[in-house]
This record gives sequence, C-alpha cells and structure tokens, in this order.
Amino acid sequence: MIKTILIDDEPLARSILKEYLQHYPQIQVVQECNDGFEGVKAVMQHQPDLIFLDIQMPKISGFEMLELIEQPPAVIFTTAFDEYAIKAFENNAVDYLLKPFSLERFDKAIRKWTEQKNTVAEKDNTPALLQTAAQLPQQSRRIVVKIAGRIRIIPVDEVQYLEASDDYVKIHTRDGAFIKNRTMGNFEQVLDAQQFVRCHRSYIVNVQFITRIDPYEKENFLAILKTGDKVPVSKTGYAKLKKVLGL
Amino acid sequence: MPASFLHINKYRWLFAGGFLLLVSIQVQVLLNAEASWEAAVWDSTITNVCIAAGCMLMTNNLRYYVPNRNKYIIILIWSLVLSAVTSAISQRILSGVLKKQPEYINLLEGTLTIRFWVAVLIISWVAVVSVLWYRQQETTEAEKRKSDAERLAKDAELYKLRQQLQPHFLFNSLNSISALAGNQPEQARKMIHQLSEFLRGTLRKEEHQWVTLSDELQHLGLYLEIEKVRFGHRLSTEIKTDDAANAMNLPPLLLQPIVENAIKFGLYDTTGSITVYISAAAADGHLVITVKNPFDPETSSPRQGTGFGLSSVQRRLYLLFARKDLLTTEVEQNLFTTIVKIPQQ
Repeated sequence: MIKTILIDDEPLARSILKEYLQHYPQIQVVQECNDGFEGVKAVMQHQPDLIFLDIQMPKISGFEMLELIEQPPAVIFTTAFDEYAIKAFENNAVDYLLKPFSLERFDKAIRKWTEQKNTVAEKDNTPALLQTAAQLPQQSRRIVVKIAGRIRIIPVDEVQYLEASDDYVKIHTRDGAFIKNRTMGNFEQVLDAQQFVRCHRSYIVNVQFITRIDPYEKENFLAILKTGDKVPVSKTGYAKLKKVLGL
Repeated sequence: MPASFLHINKYRWLFAGGFLLLVSIQVQVLLNAEASWEAAVWDSTITNVCIAAGCMLMTNNLRYYVPNRNKYIIILIWSLVLSAVTSAISQRILSGVLKKQPEYINLLEGTLTIRFWVAVLIISWVAVVSVLWYRQQETTEAEKRKSDAERLAKDAELYKLRQQLQPHFLFNSLNSISALAGNQPEQARKMIHQLSEFLRGTLRKEEHQWVTLSDELQHLGLYLEIEKVRFGHRLSTEIKTDDAANAMNLPPLLLQPIVENAIKFGLYDTTGSITVYISAAAADGHLVITVKNPFDPETSSPRQGTGFGLSSVQRRLYLLFARKDLLTTEVEQNLFTTIVKIPQQ
C-alpha cells in the first residue's frame, strides 16, 4: 500500500486529485490538508511515500513547508501559475502538474514517480529544488522555522544576525535564536545585500541593528548591535560593511 | 547634467598630451628667439598652465550652459576675455620670476599680442570641441530617455494585459470547473457561465467610460461567486452601500483589484475563515469605498501586504486625477482597511 497526502488550500483542487487517484487502488489518501501547517504535521505523523503539494497556500508556501521537514517524501507539485516556481521545477526535474491537468498527464506523473522509485537508489532532487525555490521573491522577505513542533514565520527585518553553527545557521532575533538547516552562502544569496552583510566567514549581520564598529585585535573588528550583542567582523567584512553603510 | 570630457580618462591623457606638446613647441620657439633655457622653460610652462586653466574653466562653464545656436558669439566673447585674463596673469608671473633677465623681459613685452592671439586660438578651439561634445552627450541622453520611456510604457501595457488575464485566478477557476465536471456537472456549468460573464465584462470595459457603482458591484459579484466556489466555506463577503453611493460613478475595474488584494491578503495570511467587508458612501462630492480584510499582524507587516495590487491602483488614480491622496490604508489590530476616494465629475 502506498500512502499519500494531498495538500492544497482549495477543496475542489483536492477533490479532483482524489477522483483521479481512484484509478490507482494501490495508492491510499491518508489525509487531506488545507495548508502547510497541517501538511507538516500530517507528513510527520503518517510518513507518506508521496505527497501532492500546492505552492501558493495560506501562511507558508509549499516550498517553505518542505524546508521544515527533515526527510521529505517524494513530491508531485500542483500549481496554477507561478513563473518562478515553474523555473524552480524545470531546473530540478521534480515532476509537477499545471492546473488544470488531465487524467493522462496525471498518469504520466504517477508513472514517472513509480519508475524513479523502482530504479536505482532514489535520486533526491529536493535539496537542489529548495535551493532554487529559496530565491523566490516572497522568500527573501521572511524565514520560516520550526521550534518545539511549532512553526514560526520570522520577517527578515526582525533578524539581528545569522551565525554559522556546524551544518546549521543560527538566526538571532529579539525572541532568541532559531536554527535552520540551510547554508550561510544560501542566506547570503537570498537576503537583500543592502541590509544583510556577510561580515565574517561565520556571520551575516543586519546593518539596521549596528550602532558602532570597534577595532578588535589585529585587523579585526567587532560590530556592536543595538541589543548589545557583539558580532565579529573580518578585514574583508569591514570593507563590505563600509561600502553598504556609505562610510 | 552631462559629464565633461575631462571626466573620461582617455581624454584626460589627450588633454595632458596636448599640453606637453604646446609646452615643447613653445620652448623650441623661444630657444630659436635666443632666450635662455631657464627662461624658455619657465615661460612655456607658466603660459601653458594659464591657458590650460582657461580651457578647463571654459569647458566647465559650458557644462552648465551651452548657448543656443544663434548665440555662439557669446562663446567667442568668453574666449577673448579668458585669453586676455590668462595672458595678463602669465605676463605678471613671468616678469616677476624672470625679472633678472632684461633681454627676456623685452622679448616677453614684444610678443604680448601674438601670445594673446595664440591663447584665443587654443581656448576657442577647446570651446568648440566642448560645445560639440556636450551637444553629443545631450542627444545620447535624450535618446536614452526616450527609449527608457518607451520601454516603461511597453512594460506597463504588458503588465496591464497580464493583470486583465489574471492567469492565477483563471487557471485555478478552470481547475475547479474540471473538478466539478466529474460529480456536479450542473455546478460546473454554472461556474463556466459566471467565469465567461466575468471575463466578458473585463474585456468590454474601456478606460475612459466610467460606470456606476451598482454596475461595478454586479461585475464584482461574479468574481466573488467564483472565489467562493474555489475557497469554499473559508471566504464570505459583506457588502453595504446606500442609494446615493450606488448612483455615483467610478472608473471601470478600479474596485476589483482592491477587493482581489483584500481577498488574497486575507486568505493567504490566515488559515481560518475570513470575511471581507466592502462598504460605500457618498461624502463631499466623493465616492468613498472601504474594503476590510483580516490578517495576522504577527507574521506580516502590513507594509508588505499593501504590495503589488495596490501600487497599480495608486498609479492609476494618479494618472486619472493627478492626486496621491485618494488611496489610503489603515491597520487596526488584525483588520487591514483600504479606503479609496473617487472625485465625482
């Protein structure tokens, strides 16, 4: 038995998926979700083999939802019109269905997935897809994290600085630090370079929080934030900061 | 303001090269006239530095003001004045520095006229080059502005077309119809009719033909019906107007993007059911329409939410009435309010 979950905020969009799935008795819909919050919970609970996922949904997008799941299942995306998302799919060879889609097209997607599943060790494109998707305009304005099972949306203006920590990035905000499984390079690429400066190999600072920059040891500096936090600044980082701050 | 050619490195070198050339020619000439080496070098350097300064002053002045075609005489006058001034200054300096060489002073006094005319020649030549340069710059700039304006106009038109088509809305509606066609064909048929009527209404509207509020609300109703089918129980709307407001006029399809924005903002920013409130009233010769939607103040700053849909409405209102105060937004706890005022003609 193959378990699947349908995640779409439009009830009719889910009902056509269910209708098409009736042709595949081996696939069982274990849950339907209205949004990404429910989606995360349902995926954790049921550990499905396959999910059907819409992109534009309340609160968090389909991509942001996937970011929150540690080992995401296979995904077939469904979307109506989203230039950026389609670019993300095309570059990363995950199958996607453009609404409205026919039963034939749906069947092709299912078959493609079955083949991928049965041949060799499943090629996992999800990280690459999420890398590309993270550059969508909407995602540069906020960061979605999961903390103690709850999902938090952090507007980037509230981020004070980012700190590399092993394979994770620590996001420092007024309400404490949050951990996200992404690279510094990725954050540097996505965030607005006029606001967020990679001031050190392991730090990205929000210039709006800087009150002053003090010299510190040889050739190094410390950025003092409004909150009193001190962020290390390297020599090259100092040059970048000076440029952004117009000094 | 166009950049002077002295802002470009290549021309700076050219200018410096010209300067050195003139200096060396003058040294040659003075040596031939049996001046001492010292005098020749001093004279050539000082004279040409003064002329160079005059040239820079000239080209810099022309940067701020290029006379009209029939007023080129002004440039000639400037050249004469500048040449007189530079000649006088260099003469003063030289007779001071080299006063111990009476033969040279005689030579200097005797060549003042020719020095003046050489200065006129050089400075006016630089003036002509500068005028041509700045005219050229102006033309390139004007061309660039023109092509920019054309590009902007084209972008705006494309954007408008795309907005009219509303691909996201259209494809999602078609997907809903596809879903209904299986189990509820009657509903599917009804939705096809609503969608067709809505699209026809969108296509038929012309920019300059104003419509009454009641007509606009009727058109909007079709849109709302379709959205309610798509989102099911999550979306409800409340519309309140009075007779006075209903009879007032507004540009076509102005209200729809505002309501669309409110629906999107409400539906995508919360996970529960939402109600969008639309009310209209007449106030001092204006039709005032208020649209309210709930949002989550914790996760989205309303600055973001005012976003895309409303900026195009703002732009359109500005183009129509040359006023920027007709569209305002307010935030009150978890309600986002958009107010649009339409002056009555």
